[in-house]
Amino acid sequence: MHVAHLSLQDFRSYATAEIALAPGVTVFVGPNGQGKTNLVEAIGYVAAHASHRVATDAPLIRQGAPRAIVRAGVVREDRRALIELEINPGKSNRARLNRSPVPRPREILGMLRTVLFAPEDLALVKGDPGERRRFLDELLTARAPRFAGVRADYDRVLKQRNALLKSAAAHRRAPGPEVLATLDVWDSHLARTGAELLAARLGLVADLGPLVAKAYSALAPSSGAASLGYRSSLGERLPAGPERAGRDELAPLMEEALREARKQELERGVSLVGPHRDELVLQLGEMPARGYASHGESWSFALALRLAAFELLRADGDDPVLILDDVFAELDTGRRRRLAELVAPAEQVLITAAVPEDVPAELSGASFTVEDGEVKRER
Amino acid sequence: MYEGVVQNLIDELGRLPGVGPKSAQRIAFHLLAADPADVERLTKALREVKDKVRFCRTCGNVAEEDECRICRDPRRDPAVICVVEESKDVVAIEKTREFRGRYHVLGGAISPIEGVGPEDLRIRELMQRLADGTVTELILATDPNLEGEATATYLARLVKPMHLKVTRLASGLPVGGDLEYADEVTLGRAFEGRRLLDV
Ligand SMILES: Nc1ncnc2c1ncn2[C@@H]1O[C@H](COP(=O)(O)OP(=O)(O)OP(=O)(O)O)[C@@H](O)[C@H]1O
Ligand SMILES: [Mg+2]
Ligand SMILES: [Zn+2]
Repeated sequence: MHVAHLSLQDFRSYATAEIALAPGVTVFVGPNGQGKTNLVEAIGYVAAHASHRVATDAPLIRQGAPRAIVRAGVVREDRRALIELEINPGKSNRARLNRSPVPRPREILGMLRTVLFAPEDLALVKGDPGERRRFLDELLTARAPRFAGVRADYDRVLKQRNALLKSAAAHRRAPGPEVLATLDVWDSHLARTGAELLAARLGLVADLGPLVAKAYSALAPSSGAASLGYRSSLGERLPAGPERAGRDELAPLMEEALREARKQELERGVSLVGPHRDELVLQLGEMPARGYASHGESWSFALALRLAAFELLRADGDDPVLILDDVFAELDTGRRRRLAELVAPAEQVLITAAVPEDVPAELSGASFTVEDGEVKRER
Repeated sequence: MYEGVVQNLIDELGRLPGVGPKSAQRIAFHLLAADPADVERLTKALREVKDKVRFCRTCGNVAEEDECRICRDPRRDPAVICVVEESKDVVAIEKTREFRGRYHVLGGAISPIEGVGPEDLRIRELMQRLADGTVTELILATDPNLEGEATATYLARLVKPMHLKVTRLASGLPVGGDLEYADEVTLGRAFEGRRLLDV
């Protein structure tokens, strides 16, 4: 698939912008702080309904404007769709597909699929476990949009359950039968949605592992082998060959683990079992990447994760749109070239760079300059 | 800020559900400009609703007497009770004309975030109604969202020892939604396709 047209209104630094795009490589060049990342961030937002840079939507709306509107014309197997998102701070977004309102924006997730590489990706390796969980869940959603709903349900159950545990922990006497019976109900709901998320993540990690190893060795041939593991809060309870376990197999195991943790949970007032406590483990050779890998190795690992995501989405069907935000500046020439070779076959590659020399010659194509909020076509 | 009485009105209107400060202001100025007779009718309606309307002592639905119209109607099947969150859900279900039993209005759903536990809902009253064995079927028609599901599960487990037929409104209802917003056809179909709740 590719984006044929992008139109912005009050998004970040842009009052308005209209950009026609084509398949192949497109490079956005311009000095720092001119709005290159803002453009590709908008495209990423249409795909994921979230920014790769900020957790909340408020910074996406142009200073002083009430809302932002992003429109993307997406071409997929020769069919064109117009996706429109109205970003309202503090309220839910409004979405339109081919000019008709969509009751819930979530329903159009998956219309555009992107894989976005950015300097922030270093946090995938060096950051908290939450960063890696988000990577997995976003990829799950890109592959099967219904996981956005599963994830939202899980977060809601967790919030309710934590509220109950917290209020129980605040009372010093032992919780009454009504509280315990209510907790039982939340346990079964948490286990059901949690097991669904866990089963999907385990399957995803199994699919992703070999692709990450391959991408890493292509990027950094002289370094050790990269591999993935998944540490679940179910611990020893996880069955052998966990990637083949389904929701119905995992849910009772999770309920069991919840029962065992209950006393501790009631004391501490938080949920201690479930996929929100799990960890995607990145290994380099025999060592965990986090805390051990060098800066360059960490970068290669982060890139390998994104490349693997790209391969996986690609194998599911249509090529996702590849976005490379400012990544070449961080790499030495060898890795620049190897990354360029790996991404060149994609249907559409969008690149931002402060100086054109950063972009390897393998990736030549259309180019725009971005300066003073103006996006101008060069060639 | 406006002068005393006007601002008072805006503040009071702003306390209503779904009315933000801007709408409150708009309504207030609409009322200021309106025909005195119209405002009088509104005032009367408000006063009457507080004077005359009570909650049915049996089912918790809004009623003009001690018991609501449905509880007093001898043609309604006393063996089947449909449990809903709010009175407005009774209205929505009545419109479908699918249901000939009686209701029980809980007054909300279990939601620890909002500090609502089972003891804050009319669950004890429900258990009293079930005690004499007249009721043989319980339909759990709480909202098709997480809190509604949790409340249904809680109730189903609570009444399990009584060996009633317990069903839950089935598919067709938009998940994450409010019962009152479901259209009549969908809601009617959901009643026909209700499923046994296995807990
Ligand atoms: N909500 C907003 N309203 C107005 N301006 C904004 C908003 N958010 C960001 N900006 C401006 O956008 C500019 C940053 O744009 P962007 O991140 O796209 O830069 P860039 O061209 O990618 O730069 P670099 O080369 O440094 O990465 C900043 O000058 C910032 O002040
Ligand atoms: Mg940038
Ligand atoms: Zn009644």
